[in-house]
Amino acid sequence: MPTATYAGKNVAVNDEGFFENPDEWTEEMAPEIARASGIDELTEQHWRVLKFMRTEYAEKGTGPTVRVLGKTSGVSVKELYELFPKGPAKTAAKIAGIPKPRGCI
Amino acid sequence: MGDTIEKVSIIVSKGSLEGIYPALIMANGARAEGIEANLFFTFFGLDAVHKRRHDHIKVATVGNPGLHLATMAGGLPGISSVMTHYLERKMEKLDIPSIPEFIEMISDTGAGLYGCKASCDLFELTKDDLVDQVKDIITVGEFYAMAAGGEIIFT
Repeated sequence: MPTATYAGKNVAVNDEGFFENPDEWTEEMAPEIARASGIDELTEQHWRVLKFMRTEYAEKGTGPTVRVLGKTSGVSVKELYELFPKGPAKTAAKIAGIPKPRGCI
Repeated sequence: MGDTIEKVSIIVSKGSLEGIYPALIMANGARAEGIEANLFFTFFGLDAVHKRRHDHIKVATVGNPGLHLATMAGGLPGISSVMTHYLERKMEKLDIPSIPEFIEMISDTGAGLYGCKASCDLFELTKDDLVDQVKDIITVGEFYAMAAGGEIIFT
């Protein structure tokens, strides 16, 4: 199983770089994962989405899709793509240390 | 990680519900994966972005063996509306957006929506007949220039 080092700590990730165990994630790791995903700086709006991802995952056991994010996170679909150009749900899940959300819409 | 797809150009040529949704789902899904996506509406597919029509897209109940409905029954007045209503209710439960809402969302993802010039000429449509999310009416040549270097999907 591949591992990655964030904030000086070794964590297990899958082939696509998503955390195998979301409990290993800490907030200090987020900026490093973000940079590796092409986001140089995490703004307050980024964090709003990341925290929403963590909460949704904790409650439902799966991360939200872009549609759900757009409807319930308080950040519009348009802004989500500005914040995470390479796919909001996918990138935010990776930075927030949760598995890639599954869902077609 | 293997090969990745960087760009898709999806051509929507059919105006039925089952002709339009797969294309919209693929375009939206591409953007969600960080893949550049453009949608091209041609022939009856233009109904998906037609201001007066895109809220009235119906399932084809004739010539659609997948529906497992006798052809004669499928042709009865109102059957298409009933089947469409039934499917729409099921989709609503699954939180699948209506076509107008889906078109708006896809545009918000940064995907490009375009009308086909030949079809617009044929049906006497101008940009004013199409929803605001349609960026332009373009020729087949312009389409190929835009699609260059990516995958082309015809639905």
